[in-house]
Amino acid sequence: MTYKSFPNGIHPPENKDYTSRLAIQQFPFAPVLIIPLLQHIGEAALPIVREGQEVARGETLARADGFMSVPIHAPASGKIKRLSLVVSISGKMVPGIYLEPWPGSTQEIIEGQPCLLDTATPEEIITAIQAAGIVGLGGAAFPTHAKIAASNNQNSDHYIDTLIINGIECEPYLTTDHRVMLEQSSDIILGIRYLLKASQAKRAIIAIEANKLDAVEILQAAVPTDNPISVKVVAVKYPQGAEKILIKALLGREIPAGEHSSSVHVLGINVATCAEIGRLLPHGRGIQERVITISGPAMKKRGNYRIPIGTPVRFALDYLGCHDDLSEVFLGGPMMGSALPSLDIPVTKGTSGLIAFTEKETGCGLKVYPCINCGACVDACPMNLNPSQLGLLAKQQLYVQMAKEHHLKECFECGACSYVCPSHIPLVQYFRSAKTYVKKNKAA
Amino acid sequence: MGDPNKTLQIRTSPHIGSAASVEKIMANVILALMPTVVFAVYLFGLAALATILIGTLSCLLTEYLFCKTNSKPSSINDNSIIITGLLYSLTLPPGLPLWMVCIGGIIAVLLGKLLFGGLGYNLFNPALVGRAFLQAAFPSAMTTWHPAMNVDRFTSLPSSSLAFPFTTPNYDAISSATPLAAMKFDQVLTDSSNLFLGLSSGSVGETSSLLILAGGLYLIARRMMRWQIPAGIFISVIIISMITHNISPNTYPSALFMLFSGGLMLGAMFMATDMVASPITAKGCFVYGLLIGILIMIIRLWGGMPEGVMYAILFANAVSPHIDRWAQPRPYGYRKTKS
Repeated sequence: MTYKSFPNGIHPPENKDYTSRLAIQQFPFAPVLIIPLLQHIGEAALPIVREGQEVARGETLARADGFMSVPIHAPASGKIKRLSLVVSISGKMVPGIYLEPWPGSTQEIIEGQPCLLDTATPEEIITAIQAAGIVGLGGAAFPTHAKIAASNNQNSDHYIDTLIINGIECEPYLTTDHRVMLEQSSDIILGIRYLLKASQAKRAIIAIEANKLDAVEILQAAVPTDNPISVKVVAVKYPQGAEKILIKALLGREIPAGEHSSSVHVLGINVATCAEIGRLLPHGRGIQERVITISGPAMKKRGNYRIPIGTPVRFALDYLGCHDDLSEVFLGGPMMGSALPSLDIPVTKGTSGLIAFTEKETGCGLKVYPCINCGACVDACPMNLNPSQLGLLAKQQLYVQMAKEHHLKECFECGACSYVCPSHIPLVQYFRSAKTYVKKNKAA
Repeated sequence: MGDPNKTLQIRTSPHIGSAASVEKIMANVILALMPTVVFAVYLFGLAALATILIGTLSCLLTEYLFCKTNSKPSSINDNSIIITGLLYSLTLPPGLPLWMVCIGGIIAVLLGKLLFGGLGYNLFNPALVGRAFLQAAFPSAMTTWHPAMNVDRFTSLPSSSLAFPFTTPNYDAISSATPLAAMKFDQVLTDSSNLFLGLSSGSVGETSSLLILAGGLYLIARRMMRWQIPAGIFISVIIISMITHNISPNTYPSALFMLFSGGLMLGAMFMATDMVASPITAKGCFVYGLLIGILIMIIRLWGGMPEGVMYAILFANAVSPHIDRWAQPRPYGYRKTKS
């Protein structure tokens, strides 16, 4: 059977077998949890606790600062050790909270004001989603309530007709969405019903790649007959999980450059985000943990874990054990994840995976050749750009020309071009520098 | 964890790469050329062997010495120069004086590749630059053809091969016309099946369309060659020759003859598809192929020379950057109707 997909794209080795059959396990609490106040796109949350204060698991630690912000909930019952700076993935120090979980506590999660599907209005659901601290768990960490509200504008022609639940998970190694779909199908369906109500979309499509047919079966069985929810399978291809690309693959619609998915009447929500909505809203709880895949050749024990937000990477690596030739750790998948500058960086809401590589995989020192015009990058680029041309311009530092004539800003750094390049040209890296340059010069 | 103080690497994404590399692509092209090379030696014996060896070595040495004298890191390990050397040798007539082979090889690499900046920067296919130079400098030697399947081809080298530089070479065997020349000047048609199998007179490695096609298909299957280029060439050659053959069957040969004679197959499969000198997009490559086919037919049918593949490809090489500019992909989210 052949499934639909999008033009171009690549097929990196999936490496999902390491963890795809391992059920989600609860990860223990680290001695100290490090909780940054900004774990999402937008404004950082404002702390409402003092140093030394005792908090219960699920209690609000910091409140949303305006609409483009979400609150942060205590991942564990314990004591606020410090309010100070924590290391972020960029290497910069950012404000955060150090929380010391009580060792002997039952760690019961407190409940808040429930938001019930049958009685809540769309606005109330959106407010409840914000109050639960929910952001895009696929990696972007965009506040979910803001996404729904932005597309839920009945006065404009940006109405929503289709809700896409993104269960693609095209990054190699990662199996979190896969496990969530297998184990939390009723949460997902409930989440979809909340989202359908909030967005007033007419139908929902759960999109899954053909390498997760077991999840397709389970979700198909879980869909109630009277609901406009369907499960659609697409061919396995990277980067199909990117929202723009998935919309093209599923519906054949292209979001016009510079616009949002609402302009093609689509609201895209990651499947794990959807499951959290279904799991948290009926209890009025907030996000205090998330499911991540810990994998990679350098790990001794791999798996899918429900891990408290704020768990330092060092604790996770120590607890599971990693091999001596560990040489690189990154958050997210190997195609778009960021390498860690320090192991004290915590798992946050946007972290979907923790992958550790040995010296063998990092295999640096590949010789960079000049571009031989083979066209592999042109055939790989899901945005239909010309990475070869962009790369040549970047080498000459013609950044403005890249932006003006060759659509630099459309590149979302999926890494497909760098992956296929036989000359090993660090194309994505060039494009990042170029974007930074263009942004800086625009501001100045 | 082993060593707590261990330094971790920080690289930007993507953290994985495909196994593709320039060296591997080049090595596969060499592999794809091997049947043609072996068949050339079988057909023309020592004459072909000497031409291929000297041709390839002269290219290799030129690049090596150029890098050395310019204190650049040697660029011969990327295997691309061996392809240039092999392709260059395969286009030469067997029995061509070896000193000419040598000079052409030096010109090919120096003028065709290194002066443009080396691998990735050459505007023209270097092998064809070398051959074009020889064609201009030694027109008679370049069009004197050694017969195929000589009985003593494995025991003796033709005396023309060993001609002293700047003397007129002595041809001991009766020179035979290539199928294209026979057609053009004497209206003698060679059987298409002989052409396809390669049992005819011609350049060292241009004769067996079958083996060249097999090598090309291998590269296409491994996705190391754009099929749009040979397809474009074949389509325009077939269409034009069908029209002209229908109008005047005696003056203009059939499409099959056109496809399987001369350097067309080698040119279409291995010369025109030089990645560096051809367009980058699939659409551009198809247009580029069509253009080459049209140019070949114009030169073959109405030009002064029996063969036109070399000049057709060189001209198309020059146009290739312009085709690229025209055939840019349409980015996601940019509709044609929107300005």
